[in-house]
Amino acid sequence: MDFIRDTMLPRAWRWFVIACMVFFVINVLLIITSVLVSSFGTGWFTGWLPEQFTPKWYGEAWKEFQLQHVLLVTVEITLAVVAISLGVGVPAAYALARLQFKGKSLVMLMFLVPLLVPPITYGIPLATVLYQVGAGGTMWGVILANLVPSVPFAVLVMTPFIEQIDPRLDSAARVFGASSLTTFWRILVPLLMPGILAAGILVLIRTISMFELTFLTAGPDSQTLIVALYYSMFAAGVRAQQSVDAMAVIYMLTTMTGLLIALRFVDPSQLVGRVKSQKV
Amino acid sequence: MASETISAAAASRSANADPSTVAGRDLRLLMVVPGLLVIVGLFVYPFIYGFISSFSPQGENAEWLANYQRFFSEPRLYETVGKTLWLALPVTILNVGLAVPFAFMLRTPSRGQRLLSTLLVIPMTLGTVLVAEGLMLYLAPNGWLNRSLLELGLLGSPLRLLNNYWGVALSLLITGFPFAFMMMLSYTTGIDPTLARAAATLGASPMEQFRRIYLPLLVPGLTITFCLTFVQAFAVFPSAVLLGAPAGATRVISIAAYEMAYEEYNWSMASTVAMVMGATQLVIVGIALGLRQFSYRGPVVGGKG
Repeated sequence: MDFIRDTMLPRAWRWFVIACMVFFVINVLLIITSVLVSSFGTGWFTGWLPEQFTPKWYGEAWKEFQLQHVLLVTVEITLAVVAISLGVGVPAAYALARLQFKGKSLVMLMFLVPLLVPPITYGIPLATVLYQVGAGGTMWGVILANLVPSVPFAVLVMTPFIEQIDPRLDSAARVFGASSLTTFWRILVPLLMPGILAAGILVLIRTISMFELTFLTAGPDSQTLIVALYYSMFAAGVRAQQSVDAMAVIYMLTTMTGLLIALRFVDPSQLVGRVKSQKV
Repeated sequence: MASETISAAAASRSANADPSTVAGRDLRLLMVVPGLLVIVGLFVYPFIYGFISSFSPQGENAEWLANYQRFFSEPRLYETVGKTLWLALPVTILNVGLAVPFAFMLRTPSRGQRLLSTLLVIPMTLGTVLVAEGLMLYLAPNGWLNRSLLELGLLGSPLRLLNNYWGVALSLLITGFPFAFMMMLSYTTGIDPTLARAAATLGASPMEQFRRIYLPLLVPGLTITFCLTFVQAFAVFPSAVLLGAPAGATRVISIAAYEMAYEEYNWSMASTVAMVMGATQLVIVGIALGLRQFSYRGPVVGGKG
C-alpha cells in the first residue's frame, strides 16, 4: 500500500504531466506546421496534405501585399523603437540600479504599470491623443505608441545587468577624475554591452510582434508586417488563403530569427525571476 | 499648518544642498528623466485625458455621465463585459492551474527543462495574430485536429471549433499557458529546495512536500501570475475577431472599444469603454489580491507590503 502511494502514484503523475506537456507542444508545432504546409500547397480541401506543392504563393504575396514596402516600414519602425528605448531606458535603469532617491518606488511603479496594463486598454486613449496632435496614422505615431511598453521593458531588463557590475568600478573611475557621464559612457556602457544587446533584441522581437498598439495608431502607409497580416486575414476571401499563409510564414521567419538570436543571449526562464527579485 | 509645510520643505531643501553628495547625484538623477518623460507623456497623460474625455460626451448639451449611461443601458455594450469575463476567467484558471504542476515538476534545472521552456516561448513570440492564422487551418472541419479525431474513430462528425467560443478559448490557452508557465517556473525555482529535502527526510512524500511546503510559499507568485494572465486574456482582441463570432458569443469589450473609436468615430465613448475595461480588470485583480491576503497566515516577510 505504501509502495503504491509513495512510488507508483508519483511516478504515474509524473508521466501524466509529461504527457500533457508533450501533447501541448505537439499541438503548437502542428498549428505552425499547418500554416507552413498550406503556404506551399496548390489547393487543400480534403486529405492530410495539399494535392500539389508550389512556391508561387510567396511571389504573389510579395506583390499583392506590397511586402517590400511593409517590410521596410517594419524595419524602420522597429529600429527606431529599439534605438530610442535603449537610449532612454539604459540611463534610467542605471539611475534606478545605483541611486537612492526620494520617490524612487513611485518611479519604479511608473515603469512597471505600462507592462502590466494590456496595450488595448491604454492604446485607445493613447491613439486619441496621438490623433489630436496629428501624429496618428503616421510612422512617428506608431513609434511613439510602441515606446510605452518598450522603454519600461528595456529598463527592467537592464537593471539587473547594471546591478551585477561592481560599484567600486564607478568609484575607481571617479578617483581618477572622471565625471559621472564619462564614467557612464567609458566604463559602464562597454561593460554592459551584452545586456544592452539582449535588451535590444528582446525589444526588437516585442515590437515586431506588437499588434494592438500598431494596429490602433497606424495609417495605410505605416503598417507593420503583423498589422498587414491581420488586415489580409480579416479580408479573407479577397485573396487566396495560401498567399495569406505565405505572408504569415514570412512574418514567422522574422520573429523566429530574432528569437533564436535572443536565446543565445538570455535564458527566458531566468528573465522573469530577475525581474521579480528586482521588484522586491 | 502652512508654515509647518514651508519649514519642512526648507529643511528638505537644505538637506539636499549638501554639496559633497548633491553635485554628482543630481547629474546622475537626470538620467531617469527622459524615460520618465516617455511614460508620463505617452502613458499617464493619455490615461488621464481618456478618463476626463469619457466624462465629456460628444454631442450638444449631453450630461457628463451620458457615456456611462449609454454603456450600461445598451445590451450590445454592457453585455461585452460578461462575455469577456466568461472567456477570460475560465481560461486563466485553467492556464494557471496547469502551469503549477508543470512548473513544480520542472523545478530542477536540466537540459529537458531548458528545451521545453524554449519550445514553450515559441507561441509567446509568435503573437496572437499568427496563432489565430494557424488555428484557422488546424481547427477547421477538414483540419488536422478533426481529421485525426475522425480517423481514430473518436468522433462521428467534425467538431465545430471555429467562429464560436471554443476557437477563441483555445487561442487564449495557447498564448496564455506559456506565459503562466514561465512565471510559475521562475517562482518555483526561487524556492529553496533544501526545504523540501528537509521535509523528505522527515518522511514527506512528494505530494505532501508540494502541499505543505511549495504551495503555501507559491501563493504570492500564484496570485501575481493569475492577475497578469487574466489581464492579458481580458484584453483579447485579434483572435476574438478572427476565430470567434465577433457579433455574437465572442463580442468582447475590446471589439466594442474599437468600434466606438474607428467605426463611430466617437472617441469619448471609446475612452469610456476603455475605462470600463480598465476598471473591470482592476476589480478582478483586487479580488485576487484580497483572496491572497485572506489565505496568507504566515509571518510578514520584508515588511513592505
